[in-house]
Amino acid sequence: MRHIISLLMENEAGALSRVAGLFSARGYNIESLSVAPTEDPTLSRMTVVTIGSDEVVEQVTKQLNKLIEVVKIIDLNEGNHIERELMLVKVRAIGSDREEVKRLVEIFRGCIIDVTDKSYTIELTGTSSKLDAFLEAVERSAVLETVRTGASGIGRGEWILKV
Amino acid sequence: MSVELTGAEITIRCLQEEGVRCIFGYPGGAVLFIYDELFKQDKVRHILVRHEQAAVHAADGYARSSNNVGVALVTSGPGVTNAVTGIATAYMDSIPMVIISGQVPTSAIGLDAFQEVDTVGITRPCVKHNFLVKDVTELAQTIKKAFYIASTGRPGPVLVDIPKDVSQQKTKFVYPDKITMRSYNPVVKGHSRQIKKAAELILSAKRPVIYAGGGVILSDAAPQLTELVQMLNFPCTNTLMGLGGYPATDKQSLGMLGMHGTYEANMAMQYCDVLVAVGARFDDRVIGNPKHFSNENRKIIHIDIDPSSISKRVKVDVPIVGDVLDVLKELIKLLKAGKERPDQAALKEWWKQIELWRERDCLKYDRESKIIKPQMVIEKLFNITKGDAFITSDVGQHQMWAAQFYKFDKPRRWINSGGLGTMGFGMPAAMGVQLANPKGKVACITGEASIQMCIQELSTCKQYKLPLKIVNLNNRYMGMVRQWQEFFHGNRYAESYMNALPDFVKLAESYGHIGMKIERPEDVEGALKEAFKLKDQLVFMDFITDQTENVFPMVPGGKGLSEMILV
Repeated sequence: MRHIISLLMENEAGALSRVAGLFSARGYNIESLSVAPTEDPTLSRMTVVTIGSDEVVEQVTKQLNKLIEVVKIIDLNEGNHIERELMLVKVRAIGSDREEVKRLVEIFRGCIIDVTDKSYTIELTGTSSKLDAFLEAVERSAVLETVRTGASGIGRGEWILKV
Repeated sequence: MSVELTGAEITIRCLQEEGVRCIFGYPGGAVLFIYDELFKQDKVRHILVRHEQAAVHAADGYARSSNNVGVALVTSGPGVTNAVTGIATAYMDSIPMVIISGQVPTSAIGLDAFQEVDTVGITRPCVKHNFLVKDVTELAQTIKKAFYIASTGRPGPVLVDIPKDVSQQKTKFVYPDKITMRSYNPVVKGHSRQIKKAAELILSAKRPVIYAGGGVILSDAAPQLTELVQMLNFPCTNTLMGLGGYPATDKQSLGMLGMHGTYEANMAMQYCDVLVAVGARFDDRVIGNPKHFSNENRKIIHIDIDPSSISKRVKVDVPIVGDVLDVLKELIKLLKAGKERPDQAALKEWWKQIELWRERDCLKYDRESKIIKPQMVIEKLFNITKGDAFITSDVGQHQMWAAQFYKFDKPRRWINSGGLGTMGFGMPAAMGVQLANPKGKVACITGEASIQMCIQELSTCKQYKLPLKIVNLNNRYMGMVRQWQEFFHGNRYAESYMNALPDFVKLAESYGHIGMKIERPEDVEGALKEAFKLKDQLVFMDFITDQTENVFPMVPGGKGLSEMILV
């Protein structure tokens, strides 16, 4: 099953490689990983999306917790949560395709952030599956380049991950 | 205003503040300033090894036999890469250790400088934590953190990498009394509701077993374990790492369990109804195939300081996260306070069953043999030292025989590389043990293959007059490899024969030690006695043993605990 794990960790050099190294050393899957400092610059917030059985994910969280620099960790799947991912996608847009792509961007509530006479660059935010759906909807040969951030997640309502 | 000290001075002052009396190391370019400061003082003694691997093993042996944090000091580049085997060995067995390594100057990091390696990167997977100190003002606090992390929670090695320029720069020296880290707060006390549940389950047991591992030794909880086992009249089995946690000569001891555990211990593990795991981690060499193990119904209580050890290979019913010592104290208090006792009739039946298993006499061997049997050497060693020696071992058949035939009654007397299985560990570890216990009798049980992996340390032993007794069980084979080849590879002994062996007697003598070669069973006892009479001398005893001897019982890889090969 897909789990989305949120970590608060010391914003120190090498902390990220400890997390990445743990996943590869123990053979855990990383579907995506995103990290950036928080409003408190001594802390980084990381979101890891991993796929595994309940037993494996339990081990993943326990092992992550053991890392000295990890301050707090939650498995967002244990409660209600929201997740979002940002995608930038450059598509070929010539002639009648230009209108077609624009309509599609509107349907998916994205926006076009760069335009040339041959292409659009589109910004799209949503759950990972929404971004997948957009790519499905665009003609495959029209997609020139995609870049995705990986998911970020946060608990709903009063569920807060804070030191 | 306090005086400013250099990073090198601060490093040594920190060691002094931590009460470190003895460190093991090897100098080199990146640590020269630190060695210079070592030279100027006499509180911290430095033992010069002949290879960095040995420095770390010696610090490890020092730590295991004394419960102090072991300290090693190595230079950058090859100094560190040589140390990695030692660090990984300590990591797998959760040994508290601080390794200080030199690094190229901060301005040269990343430029492929001479003797530069990414030390923090290379050691990351085999340390509890590591640090690169880029600023001398952070040095003292980092070393304080290193000792704190190494010795608390589930212990482990911590490395502090110090670039050469940092060891030269000056700052005020303040050594913090205490350290608090928001990201590291190991649990000590067990959850009281869980302990209560455990007590209830223990009282309901009809076929109980207490299964105790290295955690008992690490938390110095042997007296509490012994009290618990005896107040309940339960059988107790110890893992390879846990030997000495419960007195092996006591009738309630089933001996070691696992791949080469006793028949009675493995059968009791398999067929118990309540299993109390104390500071142990159900590893592959202990329970064999986890599916086979789970075929039998039993309730499991698991006490461990590391939550990730719980329900990793085997699902447990009552997990208790906490320090073994604290949890056992609470458990004993709770059991004493109540009036209930386990079902004595059921327990009597269970002991009857265990006695039947014991009668199988799984450790028997040919005592009339005209060739020296390795088991016999260890039994004699046990008798002559009255079970009171510190025993280190290397890895292989001799290690298993030592574990089976030397009956450890006290903790911290059995020093071996259980998790990583590092050949070459025995002699350097014994050096550390001897330095931590100057009056103790220290023997290294080894084989002709293992001993050659760190044989150069005979020189260190001479320099520091370490009177180790080396018990070399020489069967001219990598015995355990040969045994597996015999059992599972159609007797094809691929590269396991030790050709071109040195004359160990002459070799020992050339290092200034005493060498003995023993070829007849009737000479074994005399040789051992003579060796221990030579109190101030290292004696290398080369016992020419039976080449065909195998370690029994054996649970083959992938099999279950009750599927042992017996002699």
